[in-house]
Amino acid sequence: MAGTNPFPLSRDELLKCYRTMGTIREFEDRLHIDFGRGDIPGFVHLYAGEEASATGIMSHLGDGDRIASTHRGHGHCISKGVDVVAMMKEIYGRKGGACNGKGGSMHIADVSKGMMGANGILGAGAPLACGAALAAKYRKKGEVAISFVGDGASNQGTFLESLNLAAVWNLPVLFVVENNGYAESTSRDYGTAVDSYVDRAAGFGLPGITVDGTDFFAVYEAAGEMIKRAREGGGPALLECKMVRFHGHFEGDAQTYRGAGELDSIRADQDCMKKFRAQVTAAGVITADEFKAIDREVLGVIENAVKEAKAAPLPTLADLTTDVYVTY
Amino acid sequence: MARTISMKQAINEALDQEMARDPRVICMGEDIVGGAGAEGEKDAWGGVLGVTKGLYAKHGDRLMDTPLSESAYIGAAIGAAACGMRPVAELMFIDFMGVCFDQIYNQAAKFRYMFGGKAETPVVIRTMVGAGFRAAAQHSQMLTPLFTHIPGLKVVCPSTPYDTKGLLIQSIRDNDPVIFCEHKALYDFQGEVPEASYAIPFGEANVVREGKHCSIVTYGLMVHRALEAAATLAKEGVEVEIVDLRTLSPLDMDTVIESVTKTGRLVCVDEASPRCSIAADISAQVAMRAFGALKAQIEMVTPPHTPVPFSPALEDLYIPSGAQVADAVRRTLKGGKH
Repeated sequence: MAGTNPFPLSRDELLKCYRTMGTIREFEDRLHIDFGRGDIPGFVHLYAGEEASATGIMSHLGDGDRIASTHRGHGHCISKGVDVVAMMKEIYGRKGGACNGKGGSMHIADVSKGMMGANGILGAGAPLACGAALAAKYRKKGEVAISFVGDGASNQGTFLESLNLAAVWNLPVLFVVENNGYAESTSRDYGTAVDSYVDRAAGFGLPGITVDGTDFFAVYEAAGEMIKRAREGGGPALLECKMVRFHGHFEGDAQTYRGAGELDSIRADQDCMKKFRAQVTAAGVITADEFKAIDREVLGVIENAVKEAKAAPLPTLADLTTDVYVTY
Repeated sequence: MARTISMKQAINEALDQEMARDPRVICMGEDIVGGAGAEGEKDAWGGVLGVTKGLYAKHGDRLMDTPLSESAYIGAAIGAAACGMRPVAELMFIDFMGVCFDQIYNQAAKFRYMFGGKAETPVVIRTMVGAGFRAAAQHSQMLTPLFTHIPGLKVVCPSTPYDTKGLLIQSIRDNDPVIFCEHKALYDFQGEVPEASYAIPFGEANVVREGKHCSIVTYGLMVHRALEAAATLAKEGVEVEIVDLRTLSPLDMDTVIESVTKTGRLVCVDEASPRCSIAADISAQVAMRAFGALKAQIEMVTPPHTPVPFSPALEDLYIPSGAQVADAVRRTLKGGKH
């Protein structure tokens, strides 16, 4: 390999991050197809197009760091290290799923990996992340918590209250606003009065920064700085990732609210994986063929996950009343 | 050694002993210390009615005053519980549940089941319940049925200082979220309480008075109204049995059924609004499980289905009285086949 590596990550780390982003992309694109076929029960919200945010942030975290996710949570799960087969089983409603088929796409979780759950309630993760950060503060091991919120849920009172609480208690928590431009079908600009989430953070006494969320390295560097600061007792911060969503709000969304040609243009010009490949190959650190090999590898991983999910047994009546006390 | 203390002191002692025993126990709430960040006295309040007064001196920053921001701090308590702490959050009045209910019923209550048994949420939410303080519609409710309706929550409502201490200690040690309801009109109620730490298991009702003519099933402040009724009725030769449920989830129906099977009659007394109440629930279950044992109609004594009124004249009419309970017993004794 010719040339020196200009990136803040080693070649192996770059390959790993690309593999994570590719796994998310393939996982989501596959769900898009399988949902369309009627194979997947319930509501599914896909993260494709947003991979650089989850991957760039989670690269800085270990299992002891907690995240509270959104209902668009598959990407957060995968980049936090949740097993892809267990995730697929969960989304298919099978036994052996990450939540034994009791959570599904919107509530997928693995607390052993520090993933405190996707959340069906908008903005509900922010107070939970404050709690995780509070617990980390008591444990004194330098752990942090990340609260993910979409631009839509950023208008929930829970989120705004959490910004204040985190500032008042100086909690090691990073609030990440994943701004994909749409709160469901409603444009961000219609539903949020301020132009910049940095201004909103300032209103609560938090430092904030906005980055191009389709640029992995911009996310990686900004998140790294804020997470390091939180680990050292510097307190909470807000990171806005401006990004794009390749699929609808939920699967089945016809997306007629989008402008003409919008989807084609964001897929062409704002694909975070394309950008990553272009930056890294241009620097001569990883070749296009190496990326293609990862793409093929990931395809096999997801194909296998779907196969295993479809073969997994369904939960039974005996599972209905476990994991909760039942007195009736 | 037992001595006579108030329910308020029993709560304070339970928190103190559990904080001393387990470093994971932390307390948070609005003004639970009081005076945070102000120039004057630290621990100025110890809670709005002084229940946690003095704990700050012993346990310091493990008691945290919060902003007036229930969604954030109740949610933070739940999040901390899911990450290995055992927080006791005080929600000043149960009436404020509306502003943070999502965190309780969609988050805390669901985690263990929804995550396939892989998460635990050992959080206690202490909250004041009940009428009698002339505090009117938004500070006086008995909202226990809202919580018993939700799978995954445990709901406790003690009637004596002894039960309060033992059940609060159990609540802190329990691995599920617990809504711990403290009746504000019982805070100064005195009773014998051992100094040593002890836990009372959940789901064990207490037969506080034995009798053969009629069962009264109740909880919280209404236990005392039932005891008043029992004293009156005893003079008439009627011996009632009083079952204090103590925990509403889990619910000890076996003790209720056993009592009704013995007496053949049931009066349910509940300070909650009548529709879909604890009283309605107990009535339905007895009708299903012990219909054959009933000698007469089941009676319910509850407030009317109205908000809690302000005027002392009205509030006194609103809260079920011992006389109303006695009347209900007389009605069921007259009813049915003899």
